[in-house]
Amino acid sequence: MTDLVTFLQQTLKAAEEASTPEALDEIRVSALGKKGFLTEQMKTLGQLDGDARKIQGQELNKAKGEIAKALDVKKQALDAAALDEKLKSESIDVTLQPSPALKGSVHPISQTIEEIVEIFGKMGFNVAEGPDIEDDFHNFEALNFPKGHPAREMQDTFYLNKTHDDQPMVLRTHTSPVQIRTMLTEEAPIRIIVPGRTYRCDHDATHSPMFHQVEGLVIEKGIHMGHLKATLKSFCEQFFGVTDLPMRFRPSFFPFTEPSVEVDIGCKKTDKGLEIGAGEDWLEILGAGMVHPNVLKNCGLNPQEHQGFAFGVGLERISMLKYGMPDLRPFFESDMRWLEYYGFSHQDMPSKERSVS
Amino acid sequence: MRFSLSWLKEYLETTATLDEIVDRLTMIGLEVEEVIDRADVLAPFTVAEILDAEQHPNADRLKVCRVATHEGELQIVCGAPNARKGLKTVFAAIGTTIPANGMTLKPTKIRDVDSQGMMCSADEMALGENAEGIMELPESAKIGESFAGYVGADDPIIEIAITPDRADCLGVYGVARDLAASGLGTLNVLPDHRIDEKFSSSPKIRIENERACPLFMGRLIKGVKNGESPDWLKQKLAACNVTSHSILVDITNYLSFDRGRPLHVFDADKLKGDMVVRLAKDGETFIDLKENEQKLQEDMVVISDDSGVISLAGVMGGLSTGSHHDTVNVYIESALFDPLAIAKAGRTLGLISDARYRFERGVDPAAVKQGLDFATQLILDLCGGEAGDIAVAGSEPGWRKEIFFRPSRVQELTALSVDEKKMADIFTALGCDIVKEDIWKVSPPSWRFDLELEEDLVEEIMRLNGMDDIPLVSLPPLEKKDGVLTQNFDRAFKARRILAANGMHEVVTYSFMSSKYADLFGGQSDNLNVSNPISAELNVMRPSVLPNLIDAAKQNEKRSLDNGALFETGPVFNEDCDMNQQSVVAGVRFGKGLRHWSGQAEKPDVYTVKSDIYAVLEGIGLSTDKLQVKTESSGWYHPGKSGSLCLGPKNKLAEFGEIHPKVAKAYKLKVPIFGFEIFMDNLPASKKKAAKQLLKLNNLQPASRDFAFIVDQDIFAADLVRAVKGAEKKYIQSVSVFDVFEGEALGDNKKSIAIDVLLQPVNESFTDEVLEEISNKIINAAAKSTGAVLRS
Repeated sequence: MTDLVTFLQQTLKAAEEASTPEALDEIRVSALGKKGFLTEQMKTLGQLDGDARKIQGQELNKAKGEIAKALDVKKQALDAAALDEKLKSESIDVTLQPSPALKGSVHPISQTIEEIVEIFGKMGFNVAEGPDIEDDFHNFEALNFPKGHPAREMQDTFYLNKTHDDQPMVLRTHTSPVQIRTMLTEEAPIRIIVPGRTYRCDHDATHSPMFHQVEGLVIEKGIHMGHLKATLKSFCEQFFGVTDLPMRFRPSFFPFTEPSVEVDIGCKKTDKGLEIGAGEDWLEILGAGMVHPNVLKNCGLNPQEHQGFAFGVGLERISMLKYGMPDLRPFFESDMRWLEYYGFSHQDMPSKERSVS
Repeated sequence: MRFSLSWLKEYLETTATLDEIVDRLTMIGLEVEEVIDRADVLAPFTVAEILDAEQHPNADRLKVCRVATHEGELQIVCGAPNARKGLKTVFAAIGTTIPANGMTLKPTKIRDVDSQGMMCSADEMALGENAEGIMELPESAKIGESFAGYVGADDPIIEIAITPDRADCLGVYGVARDLAASGLGTLNVLPDHRIDEKFSSSPKIRIENERACPLFMGRLIKGVKNGESPDWLKQKLAACNVTSHSILVDITNYLSFDRGRPLHVFDADKLKGDMVVRLAKDGETFIDLKENEQKLQEDMVVISDDSGVISLAGVMGGLSTGSHHDTVNVYIESALFDPLAIAKAGRTLGLISDARYRFERGVDPAAVKQGLDFATQLILDLCGGEAGDIAVAGSEPGWRKEIFFRPSRVQELTALSVDEKKMADIFTALGCDIVKEDIWKVSPPSWRFDLELEEDLVEEIMRLNGMDDIPLVSLPPLEKKDGVLTQNFDRAFKARRILAANGMHEVVTYSFMSSKYADLFGGQSDNLNVSNPISAELNVMRPSVLPNLIDAAKQNEKRSLDNGALFETGPVFNEDCDMNQQSVVAGVRFGKGLRHWSGQAEKPDVYTVKSDIYAVLEGIGLSTDKLQVKTESSGWYHPGKSGSLCLGPKNKLAEFGEIHPKVAKAYKLKVPIFGFEIFMDNLPASKKKAAKQLLKLNNLQPASRDFAFIVDQDIFAADLVRAVKGAEKKYIQSVSVFDVFEGEALGDNKKSIAIDVLLQPVNESFTDEVLEEISNKIINAAAKSTGAVLRS
């Protein structure tokens, strides 16, 4: 018995002091192995009888359990220490730069178009489109620009070599031809907006030979300038994010509307530039009017039955105003520094429902 | 159109202030572009008289002047050559700010002599370019009074923009009439000029083409003395930015700006024989008064005498018959010409004149004689002489018309409620005659030929009533038939955000480009050349977006931004397409890759741009399962490193690849560049989103099997993959290539393609036998279609 007690104490101590898994293994073999002390002891149980065998058996089993447990605990401790050691040796410099990726962006013109579509879409407008290369009929004649009239010279037109009905084809000078295309093919009520590329042969600091407009057209019974005013006011307030935006109509002239107006919104000049909203100044923002009866007739509509309004907005201009971009030319220069600064993240979806209050 | 406030007030009796007038002009559609009001700036400057001008003791070019001013007698050092005793000039006291340079005067010593103020030149007052000497004021000017009134400089100048329909406002009188109609004052009635006609005017006139010139009036004035114009006339022309020449020329210019009535004066002694108004003969030439020879065409209206063409009617007079300072007998022309002919001639020859500007917009057909008489009176008053009678050819064309007008239409179109009395007053003030019945009959005056329709009259009421009271009325709710976007817009919107998320910057480049570079991209048909480009760099419609993107890459590379990715969504132009254009989404990736310490940075290659295409197609909701990859592509791609994606034998959806080195070289691009083009119009239509079929998930464990095949080098991976996929459609879920390599050990012209086949059991788990069977099918299919041999 004494032997067992002594052995147990010594073995537990040895296990406690073992510093490698190999040492633990040796202890396990010497205690529990096929020829280990306890295994040998177990073999001698047969020589005992009755109670003695029972008691001795229990003692041996208990010792076996204690040693196994001690070895196990120590094994886990050694493993954990070994892992710690290993991981420590695997340390890397986490201050190094992350993997690089190119940054992408959405062009401000596209962002502006999507914002406009979002706003007008909620007011029941659909997007319509038409070709960039137009014929004289759609770009001028049907829009009530008589041949040779000085109004045609208001728009410095690019001509192509291609002809249609013996007239040179043009790069559309405005998005208005899509009014004609829509009225010729669709039934009233019509509510469309037409964002698109437009062209005029003019090139200086404030003019680009290519620019963008959005055209709007509403043809419905009983539509008048009160509707025009409310629609444009609602658009400007939503687009610029200003409530109670002062708005002013001034008479003007466009061949395809009668009466015609130019629309100003309130603004004030501050140190930081123009600020849209109530202020002492006015800013011209777009042209509009009631669709000219000649235009309706040219599209096969009876002016006594149909009436409506049309408007046209320069997209670069309102984009510059909203986002504080001072110059027009960089819009078309593809400078990645400009694109990265003024461009929009693909996440910036123009949706009011998703904006943060 | 520019004029001074006092000029306007000659015709408009009003108590309105400058600000009120300016506001009203804008609000009735005569948009004010600029107001130059110098009164405040010039107020501190007063009249002074030089009492004495002595030579400066220490400077040859300076004088020491004793000057009588509103501050008493002062000593001023002055460098002006015209500083002399007795001169009345402009004085600026200490503390005054000089308009031209913003300097505030301080007491100073000039070369040791005290100077207590300054005498100013026109240049220093920002009143003109004359810096030669100090301003000379009339002797009558009173010392101490503001000087500005003596040179007309206190008169504010107003510049307005006139829309093409408002020819009636191209004269100050017309502007005054419009303001009066808006209720801002009363219009003064023009005086009737009764000319004492002493003789019969010659030459006589003959009109050959009455459509080109319906009416021509001429008058001879004999014995005039031309010379320098009086100050009032010079000041009026200065307000219009017109240089004074001589009284005769100045009077014609004055009539243009005062009445919108262009005139021409000939030196009568230089005319030979009768005058004929006719169309030019093709190839006929004429030297205009600016001494340029003009080659005429047969649709241009000219005035000729026995010597040939002497005037390009309504546009510009000729050199040979113009008036000069020594002209004694003058012949004044007042006529009507066809606006279209005038516009065309002016445009063809590139001649711009105040006469052309007015004739092409139209002039008052009933004021031909009135203008002639007014000019005659002015010439007689300013140059003396005797006037003849009026030689007339043609007749006043009919201009009277009646427009039906329903007062209710004002509210129906503009939502303004204006009472009928006010409407009638507005029409009357505009010069219209009205017959009020249920439907009014409104007859516009001769100068308002722009009024033709009921809507035009509605606009007049709206304009002169004011529009501030237009109420806000929301559009009625509309039952929407379908979605907001066209498919084209919807796909462009999506493609844009997908590519931006993939690290590409969206750009917008011109739709036109240089033909030189277009030729590298298949060229553009002659028909789609721009016939009047702004430069040779932008002379054809782009056949592809890639050239603009490659150019943009080059521009960025020049700024050392030599790693990047750009894309554009927009049209390309091709005569064979519907409406000559198709929608494209195109992109480029360029550079050697971003550098990273790990050495594993992403580098653009053929497969990155290929995956851009897949990202877009999948992102807009199209399946890429059935796409065929072909190795043919357009000539601007590297022939061995490019391909196209097709759906069926003829429908090409996209192309991609490395840009051909010769193209990259043409753009002098130093870094590698890869591109893609997606032809959006060729994509299949999106299917309407219906409810999806029930998803059945299979819980049996799938098996993955790797195969390494040796094939000939010219075998395409896609062909091997397709063959394997077809080997056992029931179980093969997916096939992907995970390794490709070439090596001597494989043999000449051989390569190894390793694929991973994912097998999905259907009803029961695979047994070894079944797996063996499938493997054999795969190996056989690969061998059959591509000659592949399983690597041992």
